[in-house]
Amino acid sequence: MTSSTRGLRRYQAPIWDEPLIMEISRAGRRGQHFPAAEPAVRKAVGDAASLIPAAARRRARPELPEVSEPDVLRHYLHLSQETLGMIGISLFGTCTMKYNPRVNELLAARHELAQLHPQQDPSTMQGMLEIVHNFDLLLRKLSGMDQFLFQAAGGADAAYTHACVTRAYHRARGELDRRTQIITSIQAHPCNPATADAAGFEVITLNLGEKGYPSLDALKAAVSDRTAALMINNPDDMGIYNPEIAEWVRIVHEAGGLCFYDHANFNGVMTKIRARDLGFDACMFMLHKTFGVPKGGGGPAVGAYGCSEALKPFLPGPLVTEDHGVYSLTDPGPDSAGKVREYLGNLQQVAKAYAWTRAMGFDGLAEACDISVLINNYMEKELLNIRGVTRSHPDIPGWRMEMTRYSLEQLYEDTGVTVFDVVNRFTDFGIDALWLAHEPWILPHPFTPEVGEMWSIEDVDYWMAVLKQISDEAYSNPEIVQKAPHNATVAAIKPETLEDPEKWAMTWRAYKRKFGAHAA
Amino acid sequence: MAETARRAHPFMPNSVPEIKQQLLDALGVDSVEALFEQIPDAHRLKDTVDFPPALSSEVELRRHMLDLLSRNRSCEDNLSFLGGGIWQHHVPAVCTEIMGRSEFLTPVWGTPSSDHGRNQAWFEFCSQLGELVGAEMIGMPVYSWGCAVGHAIRMAARITGRSKVLLPRVLDPERRAVIDSYCEPPEMPSHIEIVEFAIDPKTGLVDLTDLEARLGAGDVAAVYFETPSWLGMIETGAEQIVELARKAGAQSIAGVDPISLGVLAAPGDYGADLIVGSTQPLGIPMSCGGGVGGFIASRDEPRYAYEYPTLMLSIAHTQREGERGFSMTLMHQSSYGSREEGKDWTGNSTYLHAIAGAVYMSLLGPEGFQELGELIVQRAHYAARLLGDINGVRIPYPTGFFKEFVVNFDDTGKSVAEINAALLERGIFGGIDLSGHFPELGASALYCVTEVHNEADLRRLADTLKEVCKQ
Repeated sequence: MTSSTRGLRRYQAPIWDEPLIMEISRAGRRGQHFPAAEPAVRKAVGDAASLIPAAARRRARPELPEVSEPDVLRHYLHLSQETLGMIGISLFGTCTMKYNPRVNELLAARHELAQLHPQQDPSTMQGMLEIVHNFDLLLRKLSGMDQFLFQAAGGADAAYTHACVTRAYHRARGELDRRTQIITSIQAHPCNPATADAAGFEVITLNLGEKGYPSLDALKAAVSDRTAALMINNPDDMGIYNPEIAEWVRIVHEAGGLCFYDHANFNGVMTKIRARDLGFDACMFMLHKTFGVPKGGGGPAVGAYGCSEALKPFLPGPLVTEDHGVYSLTDPGPDSAGKVREYLGNLQQVAKAYAWTRAMGFDGLAEACDISVLINNYMEKELLNIRGVTRSHPDIPGWRMEMTRYSLEQLYEDTGVTVFDVVNRFTDFGIDALWLAHEPWILPHPFTPEVGEMWSIEDVDYWMAVLKQISDEAYSNPEIVQKAPHNATVAAIKPETLEDPEKWAMTWRAYKRKFGAHAA
Repeated sequence: MAETARRAHPFMPNSVPEIKQQLLDALGVDSVEALFEQIPDAHRLKDTVDFPPALSSEVELRRHMLDLLSRNRSCEDNLSFLGGGIWQHHVPAVCTEIMGRSEFLTPVWGTPSSDHGRNQAWFEFCSQLGELVGAEMIGMPVYSWGCAVGHAIRMAARITGRSKVLLPRVLDPERRAVIDSYCEPPEMPSHIEIVEFAIDPKTGLVDLTDLEARLGAGDVAAVYFETPSWLGMIETGAEQIVELARKAGAQSIAGVDPISLGVLAAPGDYGADLIVGSTQPLGIPMSCGGGVGGFIASRDEPRYAYEYPTLMLSIAHTQREGERGFSMTLMHQSSYGSREEGKDWTGNSTYLHAIAGAVYMSLLGPEGFQELGELIVQRAHYAARLLGDINGVRIPYPTGFFKEFVVNFDDTGKSVAEINAALLERGIFGGIDLSGHFPELGASALYCVTEVHNEADLRRLADTLKEVCKQ
């Protein structure tokens, strides 16, 4: 497909037709040796088979591939090349795509961090604990909270942490059996209602009011003596900031509930507001989003959970504490929520986040926030000039925060081209998939770009030029868009087999049973 | 500082003053402040925040981090026998190389077409792990082994409509604390009651008589057991445990260390309904606990498939004749698809580690896993023999373990804490102290031996312990 006269670059994803690693197996090949046990060891204990009870021995060897080391390396290099992977431009909204400094990767890979066992004596990991504590202090300054915990292995896990802390808090007060409800909004990330439910609470979801956020009346109607907590983000993914949020917190507190600020969208308010100043009891930062830690295609991640002094006794443990320059692991006490995950958290990621934050400094964080909001509004102005694009809440005037949600409903009505088609067509230009919207979409055919501070104005202009090109194609020759992608590694998936228990296959062994080894 | 503050920041291409001005001009505003109009003035942070100075130069930042990291003593420059839930295994260099590839390291999601390679790598992870554990269905990984157990128990409760789970009395306290959270406090209407079954103190294995008695009422959703157990014991009664659970209408959940499965029976082969375990041994460094990851596996049956809380990846056909791809399926039952109506929840997990795991399993292959398993089991038993020969030191379960074993110091008159402190002075991290959580085991520690420990290391441990115990 040509890229027209708009000066767009040509792009073609690498195609290796890479077989599965299982398919390049050749009996007898080896990719890794282990030594035989030393003679003295063998002499003392005999062969391994004699040491394994007969009932527990493996009978048939696993059907793993047999591949030599260079071929394993080349296979996975090919697979990495068959992954667009943010090498182009990724404005994946709600995920706050950032540069992940490579120096931090090199530091975290050093044995002084990578080869630490979490149950070493604390005296042997004072540097690690100091990093954790120092970063805790930085996040306290950014949030006004009194203690941070890094045990949660992602943003959703931090939301779950809050649900567990809420249980522990009301349990200690003897009210857990009647504090059964958690309130959230339709624009909160799905992990908030989902973790509240998985922790045993009933979920009340508030719908949006006329101003783009749920009304105070809706909140008041939902709050009662059964309210355990509020779990809310602000601004939301449409770029709307709820200016009544402090009043929300007051109302929920008055009813005896706790207030949790999901800072998924922190880039738009970073250094401008602090959760504790607004009255919140707890908040969460995603280090793999806002704080420069790589996403790894879905973790390892960190949901840094911060809370007020009053909630500290209910935190999962242990906490990293400091006394006269000595760092220790401290149990929060008998009312602790226990654990949401083993050990202290993904500390290699905490170290990277600490290093990123130090590299930015406070002024750098403030500037990143400014740039994020500035470029989002710049982009919005331009995007609304593209045919078929409309903005969420078109009747609510004013500047948006760091992210705005748009709709391609008009484009779809006019041309029959769906937002999925547009996403696929984007990748033909070497641009990573767009984020549409979390469930529920609220807007038909949504998309939610977020620029943040990493992408240059040239990148953003280019991204918009591609959307303009796709819009033009939709109105002139929709088939180009509907049959996309043309330049990706493989064509679009046929979804029919995916939901069919007779045809889905989550493993190669399932596939072979259902289709035979050589079926395409 | 004023001078340097005007420099564009290396991470921010738009931090050039002229570019910021260009953006402001495009919006027709004088100052970026105007764009924050939605935030009420009363909400704004007015205090000066006392932040340490920026280290925007890589050379200075690196030095600062090295100063901090140099205060750690790692398992590489000491001799460590810590295990329990995260282990010091060899990480092949190719795992590190592939995990560091930018295409895998930094992005979030693409489409099945744009991110075909990564989806294939994930499929290869699930497929190879499926071969090791003997299962046709594997969900995308979860945060940790403990989280995998928690989700599997909740799956079993939904499948059976029952709300009681049986756990071994002796279980990693870290893992157990996570399971407790997932089973919810008694005040919650969806609480899952935890009942412990006994471990036979003579053998260290599951007490089948006690287990059978606790299954008697027919109200148990799941029996969870591990092999090797937390104390390292290879569970010879696994088949009977699975059978007892089945007879009682309960689901059996087997917890395994995948690195043992070159030599130990695959749980799928002895009929375990759900299989969980850690992904960390498969090419991931410990990183002070940041290396953990977990998996959930089962038979490929709809009643299991429809209860997975994880994302599920399936092979699929593409629109191009004869071409295959890989795509997420069953999204509607995840929390992304159905919020609180979804199964538990999912989110960012440990997916980068799955790629390293795929590399690891294909490097080892069937022969590598067998060699590795044999080496570990021999060296671990050798270590146990050496330590058992020391005066006052006893190995309560001298055979039938994999890489971990219990070492008892009762007759030395010393506590594990005292012994570990003395070892530490000599550059050795002794085993995990069991005496706090499991007083019935006396002054005992859990020692872990893997392929990284050679004969000389084990002799050094024995010689040092001999010296320490005598003092």
